[in-house]
Amino acid sequence: MTRRVELSGWGRWPRVLCTVASPARPEAVAPTLAALPSAIPRGLGRSYGDAALNAAGVISCRRLDRMIRFDPGTGLLEAEAGVTLDAVIAAFLPRGFFPAVTPGTRFVTIGGAIAADVHGKNHHRDGSFADHVAWFDLLCPDGELRRCSPQSNPELFRATPGAMGLTGTILTAAIRLRRVETGWIMQRTIVAPDLDAAIAAFEANLDATYSVAWIDCLAGGARRGRSLVYLGEHATRDDLPPARRARPFEIPHRRPRRVPLDAPAVALNRLTVGLFNAAYFRAGSRRSGPELVDWARYFHPLDSLLDWNRIYGRRGFAQYQCALPLATAREGLSALLGAIAASGLGSFLAVLKRFGPGAPDRPLSFPIEGYTLALDFPVSAAALRLMDRLDAITREAGGRLYLAKDSRMTPETLKAGYGPALDRFRALRAAQEGPGRMTSALAQRLGL
Amino acid sequence: MSRVSDPAGGNAGAPVLVLGAGSDIARAIAQLLAARGHPLQLAARNPAALDRDAADYATRHGVAVTTHAYDATDLARIEAFLDGLPALPRIVISAVGLMGDQEANAADPARAAEVIATNFTGPALTLEAAARRIAAAGGPGAVIGISSVAGDRGRAKNYVYGAAKAGFTAWLSGLRQKHARGPVLVMTVKPGFVATAMTEGMDLPAALTTTPEALAARIVAALDRGRPVHVDPLWRIVMGVIAHLPERIFMRTRF
Ligand SMILES: Cc1cc2nc3c(=O)[nH]c(=O)nc-3n(C[C@H](O)[C@H](O)[C@H](O)COP(=O)(O)OP(=O)(O)OC[C@H]3O[C@@H](n4cnc5c(N)ncnc54)[C@H](O)[C@@H]3O)c2cc1C
Ligand SMILES: NC(=O)c1ccc[n+]([C@@H]2O[C@H](COP(=O)([O-])OP(=O)(O)OC[C@H]3O[C@@H](n4cnc5c(N)ncnc54)[C@H](OP(=O)(O)O)[C@@H]3O)[C@@H](O)[C@H]2O)c1
Repeated sequence: MTRRVELSGWGRWPRVLCTVASPARPEAVAPTLAALPSAIPRGLGRSYGDAALNAAGVISCRRLDRMIRFDPGTGLLEAEAGVTLDAVIAAFLPRGFFPAVTPGTRFVTIGGAIAADVHGKNHHRDGSFADHVAWFDLLCPDGELRRCSPQSNPELFRATPGAMGLTGTILTAAIRLRRVETGWIMQRTIVAPDLDAAIAAFEANLDATYSVAWIDCLAGGARRGRSLVYLGEHATRDDLPPARRARPFEIPHRRPRRVPLDAPAVALNRLTVGLFNAAYFRAGSRRSGPELVDWARYFHPLDSLLDWNRIYGRRGFAQYQCALPLATAREGLSALLGAIAASGLGSFLAVLKRFGPGAPDRPLSFPIEGYTLALDFPVSAAALRLMDRLDAITREAGGRLYLAKDSRMTPETLKAGYGPALDRFRALRAAQEGPGRMTSALAQRLGL
Repeated sequence: MSRVSDPAGGNAGAPVLVLGAGSDIARAIAQLLAARGHPLQLAARNPAALDRDAADYATRHGVAVTTHAYDATDLARIEAFLDGLPALPRIVISAVGLMGDQEANAADPARAAEVIATNFTGPALTLEAAARRIAAAGGPGAVIGISSVAGDRGRAKNYVYGAAKAGFTAWLSGLRQKHARGPVLVMTVKPGFVATAMTEGMDLPAALTTTPEALAARIVAALDRGRPVHVDPLWRIVMGVIAHLPERIFMRTRF
């Protein structure tokens, strides 16, 4: 059974009227695919752009949400692809396990996390999501279900993370969880008055488990790139105040709030964003010394505000996330920040992060060793022009854009960013022929 | 009345029997009770189809889960079914139900009988027998029947289903009165629209439609407080109006 539904990514732009099927069991996916002219899987729709959109067919993994087994000895969890990290944390944190890699929201599926090869604040140390995947079962376009692991179908095992659903539909996967003693993070904040200081702080703390920076993208002149760099370690039981030690995984309950309606287009403008950024920086600068932060606030601060994407108004927004190689990062970031400041378009959320070595054997996996910058812009003609300018700077620096966030780059920018790996990927796709054609609005836009 | 379950994990050893365990509403309730540590007995016509759910509850919550064959329309086998369970359940939830096609249900006696047995006599006799057994064992316990607001007034659209649910609601009411001074809570749940497999593809008004998870949370909260009847507050108003419309006016409406 299919429905026609208008869908979008988290940026709510673009929107596409899609034929959607929600197979109830893993075995039901193959016949569902066979009945559609083409299809793309969809998890929780937390990718920002058009990766999980296809007018002709969307396979919602919503009902493939069962866990299969867990081995506390190895931390290996087998689960269907629609299981969310939210569910994983709810089930296993009380037993002392946490996802080895988590993006900035826990409302993503395991399938979506593998397909985008998502990264967390520990990329520089622990790599990306697929580095903690033992195997997955992939329903390929030819209708075959293939177990993919380093040993079996290794080519698909490497090509699927980052491929945004285009190599097939992941039905089940085995992921390794990490052991933790508590549900708390010991956080340290470093105030970086400019970009050089921010980079120096990252480079001096490569052994920190987690690191990420909030960057004030509106500060100009000598303060360009001023940041608050947050370092984090999983707190041990002894780090907790005695009152919390008996229940180390319990954190204060916060009732999530919901953004009830679309904000008017004027709510976020240069002035409000500028004021917010300045106030945020001042508040952060006053913080000193290590502090305990619970896992939800540390990893997923935005999740306490449900439907926050509505603050950008009905027109939606675009996220711009690029990665620049280590060698050109400083200069490139400075040019990007300069272009943003000059445009007068502020980004409410601007995040800077150091990437460790990427995975060159995964053709479309985003991270490369260097720095990644992520920004949000409400969709407007001016913002689209600005992002074109940012593309030019990114290309000049030998960088690339993240497909999970993208809704607007050109095939040329993709080619410049991913290079020969792109040809390898296209060849693999071409060899994967079959009646179950996988394609998406993103794939069509970029000729993938 | 002492509690058969509580949020702090009290009485967590008390087994929970779920009839119609594959239903989305039943699954959402089972998830919450398993999280408290209750072992689960899952029942459906085809128990093999429940293996996936059994593994899921066991993996998430580390509880023991068994699956059992149960056909609500097989009225003669109800006692034998209960005898076959590994332990006497202390909480029994029936999510068994069948909407069917109204025209066919009204025209075909076999279908009418099936709808009535599935929504009414089967679950009613099962909860009746379970309540008796739990009471005999001294309790505490609870039997929870998922009926429907469709039983509040027969409507042209689905009155065979509605009549069966009306019968079920009335039976539960009587059973509750019978056990009023005993250790067994008899609870009636009357959902409005819930987005489940049963309603998939139907064009339901968003404001009046809830999710299985939200409904389950309210049912468990009602169980914790010992509330005998659970109806969504909004639906209480809607059905209050519909049930009391004078026939003359009701005849002219189309919902
Ligand atoms: C607030 C917020 C913060 C974020 N922070 C980060 C971050 O820190 N790091 C990061 O890397 N990302 C981040 N993201 C992006 C997000 O993690 C990814 O887009 C992720 O892929 C979303 O998962 P999903 O389940 O919602 O998938 P969807 O958005 O529904 O789909 C994403 C892609 O996965 C594919 N897919 C989904 N399920 C399957 C399947 N079963 N088999 C094959 N392919 C499948 C889809 O086809 C699509 O191409 C963030 C997003 C938000 C909204
Ligand atoms: N969804 C709504 O809007 C809504 C509104 C009001 C009330 N309800 C009631 O809520 C309950 C759960 O419904 P749902 O929406 O989750 O729908 P559902 O998925 O269709 O659930 C119905 C369940 O009944 C079981 N069943 C049917 N015939 C049976 C039989 N002869 N013996 C044993 N089990 C049988 C089915 O199991 P198998 O087919 O696997 O055996 C299925 O699990 C039902 O009682 C329904 O009437 C639902």
